[in-house]
Amino acid sequence: MLVVYLGSLFSLLINSFYYIDDFSGLIIREFTLRTYAQIFTPANREIFTRTATMAFFVTIASAVISFPLAYYIAKYASRRLKTWLLIGVTIPLWSSYLVRVYSWKLILAQEGILSYFINLFGLSGFLKWLLSFEGIGGSSLALSPLGMFIVFVYIWLPYMIIPVQTALERVPNSLVEASSDLGAKPLQTFRTVILPMAFPGVIAGSIFTFSLTLGDFIIPLAIGNSKFFIGQAVYSYQGTAGNIPLAAAMTIGPVAIMIVYLLIARKLGAFDAL
Amino acid sequence: MSNPPSTPAIKFEEVSRHFGEIKAVDQVNLEVNDGEFFAMLGPSGSGKTTCLRMIAGFDKPTSGSIYLYGQDVSNLPPYDRNVNTVFQDYALFPHMTVGENVAYGLMIKKVAKAEQTKRVDEMLELVQLKGFASRKPSQLSGGQRQRVALARALINHPKVLLLDEPLGALDLKLRQQMQVELKAIQKRVGITFIFVTHDQEEAITMSDRIAVFSQGKIEQVGSPAEIYERPASAFVAGFVGTSNLVSGEIAKRITGSEKTFSIRPEKIHLTTTSPSADMVSLDGVVRDVVYLGLYTRYLVEIEDGVDLVVIEQNLKTTSMDVLSAKGQKVKLSWHKDHISYLEA
Repeated sequence: MLVVYLGSLFSLLINSFYYIDDFSGLIIREFTLRTYAQIFTPANREIFTRTATMAFFVTIASAVISFPLAYYIAKYASRRLKTWLLIGVTIPLWSSYLVRVYSWKLILAQEGILSYFINLFGLSGFLKWLLSFEGIGGSSLALSPLGMFIVFVYIWLPYMIIPVQTALERVPNSLVEASSDLGAKPLQTFRTVILPMAFPGVIAGSIFTFSLTLGDFIIPLAIGNSKFFIGQAVYSYQGTAGNIPLAAAMTIGPVAIMIVYLLIARKLGAFDAL
Repeated sequence: MSNPPSTPAIKFEEVSRHFGEIKAVDQVNLEVNDGEFFAMLGPSGSGKTTCLRMIAGFDKPTSGSIYLYGQDVSNLPPYDRNVNTVFQDYALFPHMTVGENVAYGLMIKKVAKAEQTKRVDEMLELVQLKGFASRKPSQLSGGQRQRVALARALINHPKVLLLDEPLGALDLKLRQQMQVELKAIQKRVGITFIFVTHDQEEAITMSDRIAVFSQGKIEQVGSPAEIYERPASAFVAGFVGTSNLVSGEIAKRITGSEKTFSIRPEKIHLTTTSPSADMVSLDGVVRDVVYLGLYTRYLVEIEDGVDLVVIEQNLKTTSMDVLSAKGQKVKLSWHKDHISYLEA
């Protein structure tokens, strides 16, 4: 198990240090950093920045949306309702990921159901205004980074809700009572007790949402404009281009980003309460 | 003591708390005096903890009113009453240091940092945890956590301190030590302490007065001596220590009245001599003997199916002596004053 797991990662690492001969298109198996240098070409740098920025905002949005829901499930819902809500949160994971992404393509399309409702509420002007922004906009939601952002948040949301809910579940009610007993109003208790104690859960969830967004290539393929994300780049390098070393190096990229991310999270004390 | 001059620290007026069909607290009236060490004693589910939670504000009465030094606090949230609680599981904030935990109430009130540090140091000294401020609660033993919880509550100078089974999680030795210490701390700070316990020995050791709870109602309120020597009901007699309850025909033969009375096992003596006029005297047969080192417990049958428990200290007897008493005829006697008639 361990051999398969670490072995494949190791082979990935090894491959990233090879390079491809531009003329013959053959992989030259000798140690070099020149493949890594290619990552820092302006085009590839842009891909990294674009993907990391998307991952960052998807993570923030997932955390903000998840928290109230997770809090309700953990602290207020009756046992029966809790079961149903947790089933509701995980049901999307039971169905095909591809189907869900392509359904969203239809939902977000120019003539899709979402635009229908937006028109119904007379908000089409607002949508047009949003879509006019360079960087997030496009001709329709389905073809814009904004639409891609919505789909990413939808697809990864369960991976944030579950760890946050688990973390909140582990905050004993007596701590909330103790805080209130010592004079803290509900909002103060939330800030000084509940949030810090649930933070490891948010970090755990963000590891999922962040890394899954970094590596995904289906959603950028189906939704949004033609600008590449890391996953797509890796996919095309190892596929049509046959440039395995660059694909490997670009895969190491997100791994490196995640390691830095985890180190920062540890610095912030995210794992202290574990 | 018998006639409190000031407003009671806590007053319950016809307080009830129902959870659906269950009457957890049922029309309770109670007064706790200023500066008192007061115990709420009872088995689990007797309503004592619910009463404590209603004083703290975690629960609200279904009906009736609770007064804190004359002020109706029945519907105030916990953060608006000057009462603090030591929780059964201590409820220390795991993500904060000991110092931050103790300073929590002051931090919320936005007391100046320097003042906070000074008072935290004072409090940690009071509970003998000087120098522990920078540790995390997870690095402390159960007894130390207990002290931190106490310091965290007392630093706010509450009008009343509530303690929910404060010593329940500690082992016997530590518990006995903390009993003495809690009492000493209460004397020093002079705050009214109300604590909930199911341990009658603990209640008797520490408190000035005890309220005995059963099924949502208070059975009796009194000093430990009153509760022990003059139990008002069969429940109190049975829950606080062990007791012999005698009723009906036999009671009439002994006291001249059919009223049920209670007599504590240690008040009954096994004798051979004829008793004096103010003593009760009975014949019986020893059915069982349990040697317990410091004392021996006898089960003496005084009539068909009626047994009395008798406890005698092993001052002069050895285990051989007492164990040979089984099956023998004995004379029982006790002083008439030690009989306590039950109200119901």
